[in-house]
Parts: sequence; structure tokens; C-alpha cells
Amino acid sequence: MKISVVITLKKDVLDPQGKVIHQTLDGMGFNDVNEVRQGKYFEIDTKEDNPKKAKNKVEEMCKKLLANLVIENYKIVDLK
Amino acid sequence: MKSSVITFPGSNCDRDMDVALKKFGFKNKMVWHDDTELPTSDLIVLPGGFSYGDYLRCGSMASKSKIMKSVINFANSGGMVMGICNGFQILVETGLVPGVLLRNKYLEFICKNIFVKINNKTNNYFNNIKNDVLEFHIAHNEGNYFCTKDQLKEIEDNEQVAINYCDENGKIEEQFNPNGSIKNIAGIFNKEKNVLGMMPHPERMIDNCLSGEDGSIFFNNLINNLK
Repeated sequence: MKISVVITLKKDVLDPQGKVIHQTLDGMGFNDVNEVRQGKYFEIDTKEDNPKKAKNKVEEMCKKLLANLVIENYKIVDLK
Repeated sequence: MKSSVITFPGSNCDRDMDVALKKFGFKNKMVWHDDTELPTSDLIVLPGGFSYGDYLRCGSMASKSKIMKSVINFANSGGMVMGICNGFQILVETGLVPGVLLRNKYLEFICKNIFVKINNKTNNYFNNIKNDVLEFHIAHNEGNYFCTKDQLKEIEDNEQVAINYCDENGKIEEQFNPNGSIKNIAGIFNKEKNVLGMMPHPERMIDNCLSGEDGSIFFNNLINNLK
């Protein structure tokens, strides 16, 4: 199975990179942007073919390594 | 007194720390990250650098390396563990000390001398030290200390803040905060105060030929506290 995960910074965590990207977009003429938040995207190809088990495993990976839950949230966005 | 410095792939302050520890009387051993057992030690140091190329999050990969299981057990049984710079980032990723270290507020790599005020001397790291303010060196891209409001309350209630960025007179103000850290925090302890994580590098201030001697004050005091 292939599982896709998106990791984003929590709302109250400052994202200086997102801010700079926002400013740059603004300078390029994209003036209608309210905010930019930068995140991470992972594609995990696993031998597990039971969707529920695969999802649980990936959630465990997120909690233990892929995300730091003090500052980040994770979301499984695709499973196939 | 015996110490061990852990070398991870990408550590680059491990030898500096070895030189510093030996200069002040520690019998130091270097330990490779892939080892599983620690030599008998009174102090374990996680050095600065860029372990695992800072992949994923600074310190995240190193915190899962083989030797860290022994380091975590050593810390949980009361052993002294000190993480400097990348070592601090590794400590937060293990959960031995609370919080995280984010990208510096202004996105710059900062490399300069700074002053820190010692906030708590009731521990083996700073007990008996005469100075209240020390001049250390920082060199980092991710030193912006962050924690949740609940964590901050707990840290302050337990007096876990070790050092804060300040001016040469010990004044702690936002203008002396180099990287955006909450409350100018430069270093924190675990609850029991046997684990210390800090961004500044005392090992870079052990000789006037380098950039100062305040690291010597720190290491001299540390070894005397451990004797």
C-alpha cells in the first residue's frame, strides 16, 4: 500500500519560512494571499496491504518519528 | 571523573568537547552512535554539529540511534547528561527535556558570542559558580526554543530554566534574544536537574586564544561539583 502523510505546524507555532514565502509571493504580485504555512509531505510504500493496519502503522510512525507533536500535526491524506 | 562524548554521523564539536573535558581533568572516552553500551561515566555529553545532516528535524534521527537507549536509561537513573547545541536538539527529541528548537526567528544562521544569565544554581552544573553571567558562543540555525503554554508553566514552576540570553550585566530583555526563544531561554533542565540542554557552546570558551575563558569557569566548576 502507498500512504501519503502531510505534516503541518500547529496554528500557534511561528512559521518564519511560511512568512518569508508569503512576503515573496506578495512582492511577485500575488496580493490576495492571507497566510502561508509550510509543511512536509511523505509517501510511504509499505508491504502491509490491510488498509486499517497500514493506517495504524503509519500513525505510529508519525507519533514516534515523522512529526513532533509539540509543534506539528499529521494527517493521512491518501491510502491506496 | 569519567566522561563520555557521543559521536553521531555529522557531529562536529565532539573533538572540541573532548579537548575541553580533558583540559579540566575528565578522563574522557569517545563513543560511537552505533554502540549499545556506555563506558562507566559520571557525565555523558551529546555534542554540537549536524547529526544525520539535520534531516527531518534537527536531532530527530540521532535521538533514535542505538546508543541513545543507554543514554536515556542513564539519564532516567539520575546520571548527568549534557547536550550542547545539536545535543540539546537531540535531547528535546528524546523527550528527556521538554519543548522543541525551531528555526531562528529571522531565518539566519547565528554565529557569535552572547551572554547568558544563570537562572538556577541548585544543581550539579552551576552549583558554587561565583558568576551570575557568563559569556559563551552560539552557532546555530535552529535554536529558537519553543514549548506550549502548559509546558512553560510546568518548566517555570519546577525551576527548569537553566540559562537565559541577556546583556553583559545580566539584563534579560528581548533585544538580547538572538533567535526568538520564549523568555530568552538558552538552556533548560529536566525536572530532576541531572539533564541539561543548552544552545551555547562552553567548549569554545576555554582559552583566551580562542574567544574567551568563561567556558573554563563552567568546566572547572562542573568537575569540582562531581568530585
